[in-house]
Amino acid sequence: MTTSAIAQNARKRIKTDDGFFLPEPSRLEKMLGPEWARVIRGLLTNPLSVTGLVVVILFITVAAAAPVLAPPLNAMADPYQIPRDGFGPTPQEPGTLWERSVPPIPFWYESVTGKTEWVHLFGTTSGQFDIYYGIVWGTRTALLVGILVVFAGLFIGLIVGSISGYYGGVVDDILMRITEIFMAFPFLLAALTLSAILVPLFGRGIWPSVIALVSFGWMGYARVIRGDILATKERDYVLSARTVGARDGTILLRHILPNAIFTTMVLASLDVGAIVLTFAALSFLGVGTDIGYADWGQVISFARSYILSLDTYWYIIVYPGAALILFGLGWNLIGDGLRDVLDPRMKK
Amino acid sequence: MTAYILRRLVQLPITVFGVTILIFLMLQVLSPAERAALYIKDIPKNEAQIDRVIKRYGLDKPIYVQYVNWLVGTVDQDTGDRVGGVLRADLGYSRTGREPVIDLLLRRLPATAELAIWSFVPILGIGIWLGIIAAINHNKLIDQIARVFSIVGYSFPTFVFGLLVLMLFYAKTGWFPPGRLSDWAVQVVSAPGFTQYTNLNSFDALLNGRFDVFLDALRHMFLPIITLSYLSWALLLRVTRSSMLETLGQDYIRTARAKGVAEKKVVNEHARPNALIPVATIGGLTVVGLLNGVVITETVFNYPGLGSAVAAAAVSLDVLTVLGFVLFNATLLISANLIVDVMYAFLDPRVRLR
Repeated sequence: MTTSAIAQNARKRIKTDDGFFLPEPSRLEKMLGPEWARVIRGLLTNPLSVTGLVVVILFITVAAAAPVLAPPLNAMADPYQIPRDGFGPTPQEPGTLWERSVPPIPFWYESVTGKTEWVHLFGTTSGQFDIYYGIVWGTRTALLVGILVVFAGLFIGLIVGSISGYYGGVVDDILMRITEIFMAFPFLLAALTLSAILVPLFGRGIWPSVIALVSFGWMGYARVIRGDILATKERDYVLSARTVGARDGTILLRHILPNAIFTTMVLASLDVGAIVLTFAALSFLGVGTDIGYADWGQVISFARSYILSLDTYWYIIVYPGAALILFGLGWNLIGDGLRDVLDPRMKK
Repeated sequence: MTAYILRRLVQLPITVFGVTILIFLMLQVLSPAERAALYIKDIPKNEAQIDRVIKRYGLDKPIYVQYVNWLVGTVDQDTGDRVGGVLRADLGYSRTGREPVIDLLLRRLPATAELAIWSFVPILGIGIWLGIIAAINHNKLIDQIARVFSIVGYSFPTFVFGLLVLMLFYAKTGWFPPGRLSDWAVQVVSAPGFTQYTNLNSFDALLNGRFDVFLDALRHMFLPIITLSYLSWALLLRVTRSSMLETLGQDYIRTARAKGVAEKKVVNEHARPNALIPVATIGGLTVVGLLNGVVITETVFNYPGLGSAVAAAAVSLDVLTVLGFVLFNATLLISANLIVDVMYAFLDPRVRLR
């Protein structure tokens, strides 16, 4: 038995109004409520999900420290534009000296690398875009896109799912048919199509892909929240709210949603990893960000020109690829742990 | 049973109708002039040309008229011919393919079909096998390895995986080249003595008795097949494992064990058939995975199928070609789901009664 389990058993029991004895809520439970406390405790006691948490926190740190890790050329430059060392077509190996438009050297650089001048730590792509810079700032792009898409998708899913679940009947039928129609499209293809349509309107950048990913990414949330609302709306407290004459909006927003939203939110937060992988795929295919934008998929797409000589130019694919895989892995490890917490049947 | 299938069949056209509306609405994001440009073979040179196309295809009419036109086509005022209409298989002109979209799709279809056929069996077979192995060794080393494989597989973007295996097994070793056939094999296939029965190179080679061409075709398809498969393996493994675990926890399994049935028989005859019912759903998802997958996989491996054509079209913002492919895929996907649902009803009597 672990120490935390002993501590739990030793917790004082308190008597409820109906005469039951329940363990006194722990400090975590008092702070976050029982559901979140269970999730947090479950995550922190599973080595796989702890690893995932560490990886994700690492990426957040890199994103936050991007200006220190890879300083932009100057204060005026767009930091998401990867600085380029000339325009030469041949990629350069890691460790090559940075000759043209060299960014300022940060304080950690000399002690970590032992060099006094910027070298291309991870090499360059064709067109001399620095891969290291692209990966560091690409972390910001990844997190930004992931969180934006998930929040927007969750928002749409919540609206559709709540209305569908709460009102039921014909409204439910229509909304769920529409949801099914959206699901009839393979996700990546639909996102690819909509991005291609939106590029002429918005210009290249993250927006066409973000809008496309949101447009075809909300259906799962809508379905889950609908199911949870169907279960929650039969509860006694909802009935009593209705009896005292609360309006639909109040019942839905104050009484049902807060009690039904939990699973959907957890599911949504886990999608950040998958969304970022799909976003990278769109960039790789060429409908995402513009050439030279700090975005992992964009950097990897340079490898497409070197399919026959990938063994020479391995660094174009290996470094940004590792960033993507680690990012996806981090989120999926957390997700796997969470699935155990939410679905106790799967527990060991 | 019949009622259930009929009910599903009635729903089918409704969904297809919805899909066409959604595709049509996506097109509406573009202005009439832009959509006109989609119908002209070259980039429009002058206003008059654009105006003529707008008139010809009725792109300035109310939206519902346009939708009907888009579905069934319109009569050209100059020539009196019927033009356009996706129901008449006129999906417009592909700028990147320099031919009508439908011709491009049909020409590229065999290559993709060949890839999909060869991928489908290993995907289902190996994925389900892994899941069952993991479940009957629950919490042992094999299970843990399978679990890690599943998570890692999920986290591996297809294009990174594809480029990495290309790097290892082509650029470094030269074992499995990209493309569809080697140059010498292309000459054999296009030579007059070689009959193209199916346009699927591997099968044609066998039918013509050219075993060397068959091997060459497989050699080119090997890496794409692996790339298409590993993601589905991860998914199938997880679903089969959890379904199998749930089934193994049922009372009737305990009864079987209690009355002394051999463990192998319990797994193979009592548990597996029931555990595989939910896995049938994944069969439909596998089709989705393949359709999504071919776009990236074919692009990475320079494989001349539908997917690479669509990826190329998307980059040049050739919307008509992409939408044609999406329409084709959505129809395929809906049909696949229908087949899965019907199969489900056959396998699980509870579904019929609902």
